[in-house]
Amino acid sequence: MNRIQKIFQNRSEKVIPFLTAGYPTKESAVEMVMAAEQAGAAMVELGMPFSDPLADGLIIQEASQIAIENGVNIKWILETVSNIRMQSEMPLVLMGYINPIIKYGVDKFIIDCKNAGVDGLIIPDLPPEEAEEIVKMAQNVGICIILLVAPNTSDERIQEISQMVGVLIYCVAILGITGGQGANENELKKYLKRVEKFSSCPFVVGFGIKERVDVIEINKMAHGAVVGSAIIEQLKNSDEPVKTIGDYIKKLTRGTE
Amino acid sequence: MPYNQPDSRGHFEEFGGKYVPETLIPAINELDRLYSEVKDDSAFQDELSSLLKHYSGRPTPLYFARRISEELGYNIYLKREDLNHTGAHKINNALGQILLAKRMGKTRIIAETGAGMHGVATATVAAQFGLECIVYMGVEDIQRQKLNVFKMNLLGAEVRPVSSGSKTLKDATNEAIRDWVTHVENTYYLIGSVVGPHPYPMMVRDFQSVIGRETKEQYKELLNIKSPNNEFPSPIPDILVACVGGGSNAIGMFYPFLEDEIRLVGVEAAGLGVKTNDHAATMTKGEFGVLHGSASYLLQTKDGQIKLPHSVSAGLDYPGVGPEHSYLKSAGRVEYVSATDEEAIQSFQWLSEKEGILPALESSHALAFLKQRDNNIQDGENVIVCLSGRGDKDVHTVADYLGKEI
Repeated sequence: MNRIQKIFQNRSEKVIPFLTAGYPTKESAVEMVMAAEQAGAAMVELGMPFSDPLADGLIIQEASQIAIENGVNIKWILETVSNIRMQSEMPLVLMGYINPIIKYGVDKFIIDCKNAGVDGLIIPDLPPEEAEEIVKMAQNVGICIILLVAPNTSDERIQEISQMVGVLIYCVAILGITGGQGANENELKKYLKRVEKFSSCPFVVGFGIKERVDVIEINKMAHGAVVGSAIIEQLKNSDEPVKTIGDYIKKLTRGTE
Repeated sequence: MPYNQPDSRGHFEEFGGKYVPETLIPAINELDRLYSEVKDDSAFQDELSSLLKHYSGRPTPLYFARRISEELGYNIYLKREDLNHTGAHKINNALGQILLAKRMGKTRIIAETGAGMHGVATATVAAQFGLECIVYMGVEDIQRQKLNVFKMNLLGAEVRPVSSGSKTLKDATNEAIRDWVTHVENTYYLIGSVVGPHPYPMMVRDFQSVIGRETKEQYKELLNIKSPNNEFPSPIPDILVACVGGGSNAIGMFYPFLEDEIRLVGVEAAGLGVKTNDHAATMTKGEFGVLHGSASYLLQTKDGQIKLPHSVSAGLDYPGVGPEHSYLKSAGRVEYVSATDEEAIQSFQWLSEKEGILPALESSHALAFLKQRDNNIQDGENVIVCLSGRGDKDVHTVADYLGKEI
């Protein structure tokens, strides 16, 4: 059982922050993840920056661009994960577009992820149609590919996707990109009820989640809430990224500063 | 050998596919289903043929270019796609896709554009069918193609400037996809080239292959060879030449000839030279990867970030290329070469002076191949060049390049 499966065994409230790796600086990366854990994060998603992130809004686009300018690449991210692993057993997920992974070499990437201590991968431009091979490769070494479902994904497809990955699925809350408006509450409820019914594995929800109230609501309907752009936005105007992360995630997990 | 790419999943061997976020999968699967229905539906095809004829002015002529033929010592024919309504081959595809959008009941049309020709074609068909139209265009392209921006406005379209990344076609495409993800329920994404997720590369190819089909017929007529009951094989030219950015005019020209014994040449933009960092020669210098929904050759860094391309021609200024071109290159069926900015500008002037035709800067790259020393064209051979668009839109760029004020 890998670290992701372990934490989703019980249905406690979960906050899953997304951080663009190497943003705002490479130096603060390990400490930021540690601060997130101390503030109560259940799992952290580290974004691997890509020049053309077509599922992301302006906030994450800009953070990705800065990270790339900071010299962030897959090799550095995996080293960072290894460094985090020396201090933490919190589940770590890498989120990134397929092209840099292909350039790195898919086989090598999966093995290096395993060795570094990565638990899961989210690849937003890799739908199940193109994911078969990588899902198998990852499963062989105990890494979960976390596929996405969206509000317009059919019941049958939710079933297929959850069976294909087996461990965790990621529900995109809205039809849209990251950093946009939150979902309409009634529609979200209906959609997540559908996921609950047809998914054979736990599911977390992301896109448009910003505050403590959202976290509470989402956790009633799903197994965890992913917060991305709202966090990156905080970092934009901060000189102390580690403190900013800690403070903001505390607000999300406990509703206090 | 029979040619039957792509497979049912939209793969041209390792190229192509559907690399898009889950949100778009229902939309592209619906499009795939609908397209396979209308492909053999005579009512749909008749409506499209009628629009191509009466609205766009097809068939476009195949013109024997006497003076440049005499100069070079072989026979050059120009397929005059520049004479289409809106001035380029882009309308062939826009008309096909707007009919699909209508059948799907979509009310909002979005598109990306580089040089603006696809934007104009899309704005045109959206006006014709009374649909809302939004065109994404890079800020840099807006600067160099002001005329087309104004045309789109006149046609009732909204041009949304894109200032991220390279501020050109690549980023306009990202923005269009983001819009599509957000408004997928009422919006049809009218892609302008043989790029994007399946079924787009196949569908756009099919809509553009009217170019090659007409060319085959017209070439036969021009040579005045009668082949009643197809007793004799149709005469075919020796070489076809077309420019390649995304590659839609090239595929449209080549596709009906893929099973024939004929040399096919795609000409990419070498910008300041393929040995510099400033070019858009994806086939010559690119590596395998995924961009904008399909696997193909791409200009990218060692870390897999997409590189900024350069070409004097906005329509070729793209770091990727249609997946079928990547396949045709790897299969060795099509030769891909390149021409620099300088060569394209010279060819622009050459055709203007010698044939009285202002070619688009994109098409000027194809023409430039004719004058390259190592092009291996033999005396007396018959060469057809796809003149994909007209050059009116480019006169400012050419004047700037030549240091002249208009």
